Amino acid sequence: MNRVYLYIFVMAAVTYAIRVLPILLIRRKITSPFLRSFLYYMPYATLAAMTFPAILSAAGGLIPSLAGFVVAVILGLRGKSLPVVAIAATAAALIVSFL
Amino acid sequence: MSQQQQEKNRSAAADFRQGLQDGIAICIGYLAVSFAFGIQAHETGLTAVQAAAMSFLNVTSAGQFSALELIFRQASLMELALLQLVVNLRYLLMSTALSQKFAPQASLLQRLGTAYGVTDEIFTLSVLRPGTLTAAYSAGIIGISVFGWVAGTALGAGAGQILPERLVSALGIAIYGMFLAIILPESRKNRPVLIVVLCAMVISALMQVIPFLAVISSGFRIIIVTLLVAGVAAAISPVPPEPTDGGAA
Repeated sequence: MNRVYLYIFVMAAVTYAIRVLPILLIRRKITSPFLRSFLYYMPYATLAAMTFPAILSAAGGLIPSLAGFVVAVILGLRGKSLPVVAIAATAAALIVSFL
Repeated sequence: MSQQQQEKNRSAAADFRQGLQDGIAICIGYLAVSFAFGIQAHETGLTAVQAAAMSFLNVTSAGQFSALELIFRQASLMELALLQLVVNLRYLLMSTALSQKFAPQASLLQRLGTAYGVTDEIFTLSVLRPGTLTAAYSAGIIGISVFGWVAGTALGAGAGQILPERLVSALGIAIYGMFLAIILPESRKNRPVLIVVLCAMVISALMQVIPFLAVISSGFRIIIVTLLVAGVAAAISPVPPEPTDGGAA
């Protein structure tokens, strides 16, 4: 069980380092075009890979998950806010699970 | 107390209130997502206290959800650290942007405290705020947002079982809805981003289907897809320098 706290502290240390180092160290703009571009694309690649195909089984069965996925894509493309998309996707999956 | 000091306190109080106000929407959204996280953490075998501690110390939806699977199968600390690095590396960009928002005389404590609360949502509101970023504003918006994140986690982990099973299942998709809400608006406006998103999804799916690649754990799969897709995209389609760079190559 103590190992769980070890995991939590390692995660927290890495995550805080990522957040704090630029604020403490970087006082100028990053100029390397490749690095800038990589950092720009990276979050999209990471979140997309985390979302798909995992989302297809996220709400239990395939059909409710698919319903939530479709609703999230439609609302996300329309630029709805994060909580709105999250709650609507959950609601869609829930409703479809009753059908 | 001097009049100047009083004015300073008053504007700090106003900034703090503004931060709280901006943070209410974030707090509500976080409650829903962290509730789902708490349930999942409980299913992974974490206690409510452990789950709440993880939320309080990390405050990162994607990082925490991805960590649960690794904790469950007792993955190596190195894999966990690498996964957090890749999954949360976007905060590096955000913190870099935020570093431009501090007043020159901003204290070390303010910098350390603001760094703690760099999340997609808090960052977005903080960086869009006109003028410099004050400690009072950050304290307000981070305080109420983290409260929602930790409270939702504890409720989900401690009392998630009293909810109907269908609702618990459905809540599992909330976090992915949030991810899609982050990546899709930019995908729509920006073709290279759209291609990055589609390629990452297809490769991620293929890596789970192709037999000899399917043995790769989810953590390393995400790392590989990220390095591959973002690296190729950066090489093929570099983003133009910001206008403020003055075009000096």
